[in-house]
Amino acid sequence: MLSVTNPKFVENKRLQLSNSQLKWETVFKRLLIAAGTLVVLIIIGILITLIKESVPSIKASGFGFLWGKVWDPVQNIYGAYPFLIGTLLTSFIALTISIPFSYSIAIYLGEYNPKGWLSDLLKNTVELIAAVPSIIYGFWGIFVLVPLVRDWEIKLHILPYGIGIFTASIVLAVMIIPYGASLGITLIRMTPSPLKEAAYALGATRYEVIRKVIMPYTRSGLFAGVLLSLGRALGETMAVTMLIGNTTTLPTSIFAPGNTMASVIANEFAEADHPQYFSALIELGLVLFLVTVVINLIGKRIITKATHR
Amino acid sequence: MEPRIGTRNTKSMIFKGIIIFFAFLIALPLLIILLYIVKQGITQVNWSFLTHVPAPVGEKGGGIANALLGSFIMVMVATVGAIPVGIAAGIYLSENPNTKLAYYAGLCVDVLQAVPSIVVGIVIYTWLVKPFSSFSAISGSVALALMMMPIVIRSTEQTLLLLPPSLKEAALSLGVPYHRVMLKVIVPCGFAGILSGITLSIARVIGETAPLLFTALGNSFLSTSLFKPMESLPHVIFTYATSPYDDWHDLAWGASFILLLFVLTLNIVTKLLTRKWKIQL
Repeated sequence: MLSVTNPKFVENKRLQLSNSQLKWETVFKRLLIAAGTLVVLIIIGILITLIKESVPSIKASGFGFLWGKVWDPVQNIYGAYPFLIGTLLTSFIALTISIPFSYSIAIYLGEYNPKGWLSDLLKNTVELIAAVPSIIYGFWGIFVLVPLVRDWEIKLHILPYGIGIFTASIVLAVMIIPYGASLGITLIRMTPSPLKEAAYALGATRYEVIRKVIMPYTRSGLFAGVLLSLGRALGETMAVTMLIGNTTTLPTSIFAPGNTMASVIANEFAEADHPQYFSALIELGLVLFLVTVVINLIGKRIITKATHR
Repeated sequence: MEPRIGTRNTKSMIFKGIIIFFAFLIALPLLIILLYIVKQGITQVNWSFLTHVPAPVGEKGGGIANALLGSFIMVMVATVGAIPVGIAAGIYLSENPNTKLAYYAGLCVDVLQAVPSIVVGIVIYTWLVKPFSSFSAISGSVALALMMMPIVIRSTEQTLLLLPPSLKEAALSLGVPYHRVMLKVIVPCGFAGILSGITLSIARVIGETAPLLFTALGNSFLSTSLFKPMESLPHVIFTYATSPYDDWHDLAWGASFILLLFVLTLNIVTKLLTRKWKIQL
């Protein structure tokens, strides 16, 4: 009775309610900020951990770490040069194989056939390629691709390892195609139609429009797609580990077995009993982290520029 | 002088032919891989395969129950950890795009997405495995959660940015407090987009092996303890695929088939969600 008739009380209750809501509002906003900060802290944490843990190795081998050609944990000598070369070789071979495919998919789905069931089918296929776990690519590679490559190598009169840098690169190429392609599709579709129409009106053929209008317009974006694929290829671990052969010597040819930075970590981390050995592997991780992050950030920056003009 | 129109047209046709050839050639490796896995794996899968732990070498039978359960538990824990943080950070990024924190957080999301999975593995090893000197399922979950977060954050952010601002303004003008506007109006409106981000992130991490190698390790027995090593589907495939025994290879094919099934289903669910709600991720 009292509560309804007494306006003072009603006012008070409302005030209380809005006060508690206000409090929750602040709490909620703080939570959002906390979540944002957490993401930043995670990255800082990762960076600090990697640097801190690789200090013993940096102290012991200095900058020679990256150029040392011998990796011999028994003698406590750690030179990452063979893995650096292995990583670069696999990534660049994979990239070279994948570029014609990812560009073709981008041009086909972006320009020739942007709509319809066939286009959807191909687009979903490309997305599926990215969805298949890398462990499955590796497993399939061991049992199907390796014997195949071995047969080719026998025909070509090279030492038939089967496994090796070349085999790993082929599988890697398939895996990274979607990354370049899906970005390319979006960018090619963003080419303004007046530009294309003007070229057609001047009598240009489809090829000439693609070559002289669409390509120049999307060049930087397509390059960013290549960078993203490269970043992906550098850090790919499981499929490469299963197919590259895992030797610690400098690869002699692209058909020889080798090792990448990621695959060395995957293979030897569990058996790194010596502190400097452990630290050397973490330093490899640090190098890998820095390289992939820088490549990805440059790629992202180019994309932002290309899509916001 | 330009060449004659006939040659130019022929050139254009040839170019189109090459493009179509390369564009569709990519379906070939995928088809080969999928069919091979299905062919090898489907004969392995039966009820006892799903409900038994692996048998020792030389014994018939055995299954992947421990890996199935392990993957399920670890991904579950990772999802529970990644979703609140991911959605909150996503809301923050879409609501305050111009603050300094948003800039750095956005940058860090990009960085986190770029970190190679093996690096996540060794970092979590030094954070959670080395200090307690024991491999544990929880450390595996944390590694997976770190890999899920950027996807959840980005999908939340993108979805919320697509919602018309009038929704928020209408709710605010009715005197609804800010947090209720967000949780009761904005997030439910973008629910499908956020959900598709979550299913996509689960599809990504369920096949990840590298972050689990040094965190959850693997366990050939059925285990539900979060503080003990735990088996997972991709890890069981890795161990058995690289073993020299044919029985174990068969087990790995079966496990690959199951893993592929999960990944494909999750991707199709994501597709349906985004298609129904016309969201571009």
